[in-house]
Amino acid sequence: MLIVTCIKQVPDTTQVRVDPVTGTLIREGVPFIINPYDTHALEEGLRLKEKYGFRVAVISMGPPNTEITLKKAIALGADEAVLLSDRAFGGADTLATSQVLSEAIRRLGQKEEVAIVICGRQTIDGDTAQVGPGIATRLGYSQLTLVDRIESVDLKAKKIRVRRRLEGRHEIVEAKLPAMIAVVKEINSLRYPTVPMRLMAEDSKATLWDNKIMGLNENTIGLKGSATQVRKIFSPQRTSGEIIGDGIKDPKEASRLLIERLIEKRALSI
Amino acid sequence: MEEEKKIRKPRGVARLIPGKCIACGARCQSDCPEDAIEMNEKGEPVINTAKCIGCRRCVKICPAQALEMYFTPEELKIIAGLAATVPEVVTTVEPGIKEYRGVWIFVEHTEGKPATVSWELLGEGAKLAKTLGVELCSLVIGEKVEHLCQESFAYGASKVYLIDAPVFQHYRTETYFRAICYLVEKYKPEILLMGATGMGRDLAGAVATKIKTGLTADCTGLDIDEKGYLLQTRPAFGGNIMATILTEKTRPQMSTVRPHVMALAKKDESRTGTIVRESMDIKEEDLPTRVIEVIEDATGEQLDLAGAEIIVSGGRGMCGSENFTILQELADELGGAVACSRAAVEAGWMPAERQVGQTGKTVRPKIYIACGISGAIQHLVGMQGSDVIIAINQDNKAPIFEVATYGIVGDVFQVVPAIINNIRELRERKVDK
Repeated sequence: MLIVTCIKQVPDTTQVRVDPVTGTLIREGVPFIINPYDTHALEEGLRLKEKYGFRVAVISMGPPNTEITLKKAIALGADEAVLLSDRAFGGADTLATSQVLSEAIRRLGQKEEVAIVICGRQTIDGDTAQVGPGIATRLGYSQLTLVDRIESVDLKAKKIRVRRRLEGRHEIVEAKLPAMIAVVKEINSLRYPTVPMRLMAEDSKATLWDNKIMGLNENTIGLKGSATQVRKIFSPQRTSGEIIGDGIKDPKEASRLLIERLIEKRALSI
Repeated sequence: MEEEKKIRKPRGVARLIPGKCIACGARCQSDCPEDAIEMNEKGEPVINTAKCIGCRRCVKICPAQALEMYFTPEELKIIAGLAATVPEVVTTVEPGIKEYRGVWIFVEHTEGKPATVSWELLGEGAKLAKTLGVELCSLVIGEKVEHLCQESFAYGASKVYLIDAPVFQHYRTETYFRAICYLVEKYKPEILLMGATGMGRDLAGAVATKIKTGLTADCTGLDIDEKGYLLQTRPAFGGNIMATILTEKTRPQMSTVRPHVMALAKKDESRTGTIVRESMDIKEEDLPTRVIEVIEDATGEQLDLAGAEIIVSGGRGMCGSENFTILQELADELGGAVACSRAAVEAGWMPAERQVGQTGKTVRPKIYIACGISGAIQHLVGMQGSDVIIAINQDNKAPIFEVATYGIVGDVFQVVPAIINNIRELRERKVDK
C-alpha cells in the first residue's frame, strides 16, 4: 500500500522584500525551500509508514531543479520520488496543477494501490489551498482538509479516522480509503535527516515524468489548461498616518497625546 | 497568414526588464511557440533572440509586465515610417457563457448558525449584481435551515435556492459539493462566491474542479470590468504583491472571499423574495465520510479575535511570552483581545489561533494596536482593514508606520504602560467628578 505526498518547491516568501521605489519584488538571494506545510505532510506520511508499513512516494510538479527538493524528501525517509516536469506543465493554475498531480497518482496506483494522498494545507506562495481538493475531486477520493490529527487507519475495513480543525471547533471524521488529507502544521513536529540518510539521498534520483510519459491533453495542463488568468500584478497601496509626540524622549507625553487624539476622533471613550 | 507587404513591419524580439520578473512559474516559456525561452535557476526567462519571432505572446502573458519588445534603431526607423497601426485582436467570448446569469452567494452555516461572512458577501454581491443588472441569489443547503432564507432576503438576496434534508446536517465535502454542482448546472449562475473559511475553501476547490472552472482563493477585492468579467483581487507571494485575476472562458466565475474584508450588508427585515426548493437523492449509506463527533472549543475567558472591537497585538519586539501580559493588561483596560504576528507564534510566545495575517486571521476591529510589530506585508494584509491602526515601534522606519493612523516611535515597554496609566488616570478623574 502506498502513501503519496505532494510537495512543492517555493521561494521563501518570508524573505521576499518589495523595493520601496519601484514597487517590484526583490527576489535576489531568496532561497527555494519545500513549502513549509508540505514538510508536515511528508512527516505525517513517514509516521504512517513507521506505524502501518506503508511505502511513501513523493511527487512534485515544477522546474527541473525541483529534484533537489525531492532528494531532501528521500533523505528524510521517502521511498520513491517522482518529478513532474515539462514546459507544457508551466504557468498552471490550481485546476491545471491538480490535473497533472492526479494523473501522476493514478499512474503510481497502477503499480501499487494508493491508500492515502497527503498534501500540505496550502502553499506559502500561492496560498490557495485548492490543489488538495482538486486532486480528491479528480480521483474521487474522500476529501479531508485541515487535518490536525490522524486518529487511526484501518486497512482491513479501508477506513481512516481523522480530526479536523475548523473555526471554533474540531470534528472527528471517518472516511473511506483512498482518501486525500490536507494537513495543518500542528499535526506533528518535524524530524531532521540523519547523516547516513543524507549521503544515501545524494546518490538517489527522482524519476522524471514529462508529458511524453504522462500523455495528457495539452489543453488541460499548464497555461492552456488554466481557467484563471492573471490580469495584473501591483503593489498594495498604503496611506501613512501621523507620528505622535516623541515616544523615545517622552513616552508619557506621547501616550497622553495619543489618547487625546483617539477621544477627539471618537474612536475611544473613557 | 498575413499578406506580404512591401516593407515588412519589424516584429522585434522579446526582452526581460531587469528586476520585474516574479518567477510566476514559467508562463512565458509555456506560451512561447518557438521554444525560444529557457528558465534559469532563479526561475527567470532567458530569451534566445535567434529563435524569437517577435510574436509578443510572452509579453502579453506575463502577469508582472516584466517582458517588453526590443527593436534595433534601424527597426525603429522603419516602424516610424509605417504609420499604419495594426488593429488589436479582440478576444472573443466563448459561446455558451452568455447563458450564465446571476450572482450567487453560498450561505455558510454550522448546524443552522450562519457565518457572518455570508452576509458580508451578500453586501458585496449586491454591488456586483447591480453593475451587471442581474439577480442576487443565496444558496442555502443544510438540515432545518429554512430560517436562513428569510435572513438572506433581509441581507439583500432576491431569491434563495434551498436544499433541506437530514443528509446535509453536518457539512461534508461530498454532499454539499454534489448539491452545489447540481444547482450550478441547472440554473447557471455567472458568479459564485463563498467565504474563504475552512469550509468555503474545502468546498469551492471541489466544486470548481468538478465543473472545470476558474477559482480564485482568498480575495480581498471584487469588481466588474468593462466587458462584464469579474475582477478578483487577492494578495499573492505572502502578501508582498496584489494580483488581479479573472476567469475568461468558463462559468461560473468562482471566488472565495476573506472574512471581515467586505463590509456587512445592511439588514432589512421587511425585504422578501422567492424560495426555490430543490431536493437531491443522496443516500447516507452511499457516502464515503461520516462526522463522528463535533468538539466545540472551550471559549475560555479570552475574547474571540473575530468579534473584538479593539485588538492589542504583539510581535517580535515583545521579546518573550511573559511580556504579553502588559498587552493583556492594556486589552483588559480597553475591553479588547490580544493577538500577535507570525513572528510571535514562530517564537512560541503565542498560540497559532491568535495570529493575525496572511496565514492567520483577518481582523477589522475599530482599533488595532500593533506593539513591536515591524509590519511585514503578510501581517498587514490581515489587519489593514481596521478603522484605526496604532503602531508602537522603536524603529521609525518600520513599515507598520506606513499603514498606521497614529504612530508612536518608542520603546513598547515604556509606551504601553504609559498608555495604561493614562487611561486609568482619566477614568479616575472622571469618577472623581
